[in-house]
Amino acid sequence: MNQLVSPATVGLRKAPTGIAGLDEITGGGLPAGRPTLVCGSAGCGKTLLAMEFLVRGILDHGEPGVFMSFEERTEELAENVRSLGFDLEDLIERQQLVVDYVHVERSEIEETGEYDLEGLFLRLGWAIDSIGAKRVVLDTLEVLFGGLENQGILRAELRRLFRWLKEKGVTAIVTGERGDGALTRHGLEEYVSDCVILLDHRVTDQLSTRRLRVVKYRGSVHGTNEYPFLIDERGIEVLPITSLGLAHAASTERISSGIPELDEMLGGEGYYRGSSVLVSGRAGTGKTSLSAHFVDAACRRGERCVYFAFEESASQIVRNMRSIGLDLEPWMRQGLLEIHASRPTLHGLERHLVTMYKTIRTAMPRVVVVDPVTNFVNTGSVEQVGSMLVRLIDLLKTEEITALFTSLTQGGMDLESSEIGVSSLMDTWLLVRDTEANGARSRTLNVIKSRGMAHSSQVREFSFSDRGVRLVDASRGAAEAKPRIRRQA
Amino acid sequence: MTTQPPETGNGEGGELWDLRLYVAGHTPKSVAAIANLQRLCEEHLAGKYRVEVVDLVANPQLARADQILAIPTLVRRLPVPMRKIIGDLSNSERVLVGLDLRPRPA
Repeated sequence: MNQLVSPATVGLRKAPTGIAGLDEITGGGLPAGRPTLVCGSAGCGKTLLAMEFLVRGILDHGEPGVFMSFEERTEELAENVRSLGFDLEDLIERQQLVVDYVHVERSEIEETGEYDLEGLFLRLGWAIDSIGAKRVVLDTLEVLFGGLENQGILRAELRRLFRWLKEKGVTAIVTGERGDGALTRHGLEEYVSDCVILLDHRVTDQLSTRRLRVVKYRGSVHGTNEYPFLIDERGIEVLPITSLGLAHAASTERISSGIPELDEMLGGEGYYRGSSVLVSGRAGTGKTSLSAHFVDAACRRGERCVYFAFEESASQIVRNMRSIGLDLEPWMRQGLLEIHASRPTLHGLERHLVTMYKTIRTAMPRVVVVDPVTNFVNTGSVEQVGSMLVRLIDLLKTEEITALFTSLTQGGMDLESSEIGVSSLMDTWLLVRDTEANGARSRTLNVIKSRGMAHSSQVREFSFSDRGVRLVDASRGAAEAKPRIRRQA
Repeated sequence: MTTQPPETGNGEGGELWDLRLYVAGHTPKSVAAIANLQRLCEEHLAGKYRVEVVDLVANPQLARADQILAIPTLVRRLPVPMRKIIGDLSNSERVLVGLDLRPRPA
């Protein structure tokens, strides 16, 4: 993946978190040898982010870590992250990780005069030195505010703690609970000035969305947006994909749309490799057929394809396409074609995006179809869908994957106003429409735009045969369609 | 473990008070805590207490094993239940309350 912020432009040394996406946003990771504050309300994923930072540090960067937990016991922590594939017991066994549960309970403590938190320092210092730790997590220090009466001592000691962490040269994550009108309830941000990350968990319309924002990163450029993130079986995944970078290389290679006449309309050679194609039209105008042709052609070239279906099941698509002479099943059997069918309303937009993103990263296809992209409007606002598409397209372009999106135009809507306002993101825009003339219903197709090529401005008539979709010059009328097909067959 | 020689009092029929004081090096707070503790024990627990002083600078691993955070910390190991008292023990009243030698103020 591209880095949004080039690490070369900053002098600060950074410690990669290993968390997918977060290192891109921060231009390489957290400030090395310094503390970072991660704050958010209960259940926002702070503990998990911190733990993943340690585990990835151990596994991917050879940096042992100490997790000092003020809330959860070692066994609870181990249990909670086991589902993400993190085996804490094993890391502890291998002396790569120390988990120290600090039990603080005010009712069990009587304060009788002057004290300091040297015990905490010694404890942490011993844990760090015992395994040569480079990373430390304190989750969450705010428990101390509830456990100790003398806030004056506590604040002085916290200040000393952060100084001490810096002197130790460990890269640390300190978590804090979100406060009313403040980043943290007890003002931890006062002590940690290098880097502050805010996590947020919102539920709108029963769909949950987690977001991450880098509030502050002293001495470093960083992405300032709110980035959605997910917690799934592999840990945390932040989606930094934005249209910030328009630096993807534009290919000059052309690939067939699967329909010779359509290729002809597209400067004679078809789509550009890595471009994004929008096919819009009303229900039943043949959008899925155009998609299937494109996929079929790609499979014939031996290219892998992923088809995201949000309206029909895989078997429905296969059956329907067979009726126009396209057999997709062999491609599926050969592993060249994956059809992923799901209901758009099943998940929030972000989860859809991440699922698609991960499928794409796993399958590494050359061609992707999203059919139809408009169904997402049911799950988010037009702006949200737009921003999701921007990020998806950005990924596809970066990977030089050619993508075809279908867009269902609702009856009564202006056909050329593609409803989610995505047409500007698309390189090629095909419009299919129904017309009724001389007592017969017919379909037409025209190329509204196609960047970087001399495309046809003709409106062609569009017909289905048992050998697939055929296009003829509409001005010649339907009568000529058949001989023309025969000629080409 | 570096401990001061335990001042053992033979529990004459009564229960034995097993106390442990955690300090970190020879700091004014540690010195004050040790002195305060000796005075209080002699006044209130004469002949039935044992005090062990643990220096966490020499034995840092014990901080974790015994859940120590603040320094000085006095732990009443016996009689059960365990009690924790933090600070230099200068507030005698609160030490006695913390040790259950005096009822908690209402």
